[in-house]
Amino acid sequence: MSQKLSENRLDLLDTLESESIHIIREVVAEFERPVLLFSGGKDSVVVLHLATKAFWPGKVPFPVLHVDTGHNFPEVIEFRDRTVEKLGLRLEVASVQDYIDRGVLQERPDGTRNPLQTLPLLDAITAGKHDAVFGGARRDEDKARAKERIISLRDEFGQWDPRNQRPELWNLYNGRHLPGQHVRAFPISNWTELDIWRYIEREGIELPPLYYAHEREVYQRDGMWRAVGPVSEPTPDEVVETRLVRYRTVGDMSCTGAVESPARTISDVVIEVAASTLTERGATRADDRISEAAMEDRKKEGYF
Amino acid sequence: MPEITQTLAQARTLLRFATAGSVDDGKSTLVGRLLHDSKAVLVDQLEAVARTSAERGFGGEAGGLDLALLTDGLRAEREQGITIDVAYRYFSTSERSFILADCPGHVQYTRNMVTGAATADAVVVLIDARKGVLEQTRRHLSVVALLRVPNVIVAVNKIDLVDFSEQVYNDIVTDLAKITNGMRMDDVHVIPVSALEGDNVVERSTKTPWYSGPTLIELLEQLPAIDEIENNHEAFRFPVQLVIRPQGGLAPSVDADEFRDYRGYAGQISSGEIRVGDSVEIAPGNFKTKVVGIDIAGKSVEHAFAPQSVNLRLAEEFDVARGAVIGATNTLPESVNLIEAEVFWLDPRSAEAGARVLVKTGTSTVQGIISQVIGRRNLDTLAIDPAEKIEVNDIAHVLIKLATPQPFDDYRDNRRAGAFLIIQPQDGATLAAGIHTNLELVNFSI
Ligand SMILES: Nc1nc2c(ncn2[C@@H]2O[C@H](COP(=O)(O)OP(=O)(O)OP(=O)(O)O)[C@@H](O)[C@H]2O)c(=O)[nH]1
Ligand SMILES: [Mg+2]
Repeated sequence: MSQKLSENRLDLLDTLESESIHIIREVVAEFERPVLLFSGGKDSVVVLHLATKAFWPGKVPFPVLHVDTGHNFPEVIEFRDRTVEKLGLRLEVASVQDYIDRGVLQERPDGTRNPLQTLPLLDAITAGKHDAVFGGARRDEDKARAKERIISLRDEFGQWDPRNQRPELWNLYNGRHLPGQHVRAFPISNWTELDIWRYIEREGIELPPLYYAHEREVYQRDGMWRAVGPVSEPTPDEVVETRLVRYRTVGDMSCTGAVESPARTISDVVIEVAASTLTERGATRADDRISEAAMEDRKKEGYF
Repeated sequence: MPEITQTLAQARTLLRFATAGSVDDGKSTLVGRLLHDSKAVLVDQLEAVARTSAERGFGGEAGGLDLALLTDGLRAEREQGITIDVAYRYFSTSERSFILADCPGHVQYTRNMVTGAATADAVVVLIDARKGVLEQTRRHLSVVALLRVPNVIVAVNKIDLVDFSEQVYNDIVTDLAKITNGMRMDDVHVIPVSALEGDNVVERSTKTPWYSGPTLIELLEQLPAIDEIENNHEAFRFPVQLVIRPQGGLAPSVDADEFRDYRGYAGQISSGEIRVGDSVEIAPGNFKTKVVGIDIAGKSVEHAFAPQSVNLRLAEEFDVARGAVIGATNTLPESVNLIEAEVFWLDPRSAEAGARVLVKTGTSTVQGIISQVIGRRNLDTLAIDPAEKIEVNDIAHVLIKLATPQPFDDYRDNRRAGAFLIIQPQDGATLAAGIHTNLELVNFSI
């Protein structure tokens, strides 16, 4: 190695930020009607933050879509509405409860609604004529997600075909598709959970309060702390206690577990995540514990 | 706790690397070993691997770990014990953060290997010590040479199965040298490893006393990333993604009076650097002007460089839209409508002269016609054999006519400004990865 190396080097977070902004701008430039899946969870909050940077001083030029399972934490819905209002965005809501009320979807025996999100999501994409759907999925979350392209084609049925993905070369993204098809775009594919937290710290990004340690009434189920709530009632044998907990992911109350944690501030969380010995999904998501290929199967059907 | 905060505060750099090599040479196992030995595997992931390994009877009674399961994440991959598509994994050491792309070795999935290698700062090519250099090894090395991946490491794997023999290693080094010299690749590092047992991956082996070079992780920690190498000598290039002219659509948080007339060109600097006050030229149109401002999401800066995403403000307003390229004055190549190119064909449908295609480069997509197929690379001799047709997995030389002239750099001078995709106009499939280059310069042979 005899070449002289440049002094111009970006650090990790700047490199990731720059790549994500490039992706978000490409999608906006090449698609007619993009939409961002926004749950109020940390990953979608970071994608939205990156979008505000990508189009500054203009406003974010696409609406956000929330698939509301009806099992959300109230703090998260409040945060969602406040964020959308602050940025002057339009919010589209696809409601799982509506589908259940209309008899189109049936409640599952295990009570979780996560797998029920796919149909309302696909209908909302069709109704909104969205040809590109931004998601906050990261490749480090799960081994099926580790295989996903940044711009990933979905057929008319919203299906992902992992054995037949388009090659993706350099930073040249090919989003061409036939009528009825759409793409999922994952601008933070290459970020890890720790990168996300370090970035939240660096940028001072606001999150729903349940990401930080708080006292909550919880009980143990499947080795996780579940919150006591209308859709997550303990059985008579499950003992309810008050513990200092926080959430590493924010999904449904009915399938997301809390972890015991004293981390009350962003920097406490950064330190905790760096030292963690479990993945965020392994620690907190009942839905992914079903089988080794739970995520792959849901993604093939059109889940995000 | 203070120790951890310190490492977190450190400004780390990123290295992207990919694996390559023939099927079953041990790529996924090596990746698993690297993750495992650098303590990047979390407890629940390891438990899942241990469960599946035991169910499959891996390692017999002793109950070893099939570390390939850490990246072979698809159901079909686990069932067949092969890799089908690239898996991306993330880990860091105290020196650096890594994005690792574990690629498939199977010929049928070569398109996925090209995907993994295209953005890599380094590629680790595996060779099974018992088998030596195979056709697929030469194909992958050709892809690596074609893409001009700046750092190439060859891991002579399964050295445990040849009794850690120096002779076997030396023979492979000699074979390789013929090929890599033929491809004009320099600085190829060859390391004897056992992915299964961990020799020379993260831990230095005691069984290869004849090898004094670095371990794999030591190399990966030191190798320069593409932008570190190229930012010095490549001219400024900035493909315009969008024009940001918010007028009525300002973000609620910005001052309306100050930004009502804002006009910025949004893009990612693809090479070189730029300062406020620098002279630039723009293609198409051949406009010349100066940069009066560089904004990174609301912060104005004096200086920016690849690969930063920025807004550029120019002294004069021209008709500049998506697809335009802004470059340092007197450095943009002349726009041309006939290019020489080396292409890697990724689609099962073959192509001949006369094929109508789309060519996507930077932020512009134009119509094109493959006007001549010159020939395709023979993987034994590396020479270009005359051919009329391009088939899947071929590396071919072609001439392409473009409907609109483009300021194409030679890929050898400028990676991001010389690369393109060939797209099928009807169904939108990516048919090929291409590089624009003077074909005289890529006449390899052994
Ligand atoms: N003895 C020995 N066996 C190894 C070594 N590395 C890999 N193997 C075995 O070789 C076989 C293939 O390993 P993989 O890691 O799946 O190979 P691969 O190169 O990823 O294969 P593809 O991705 O399908 O191209 C497995 O049975 C491994 O356990 C090694 O260093 N020594
Ligand atoms: Mg493999």
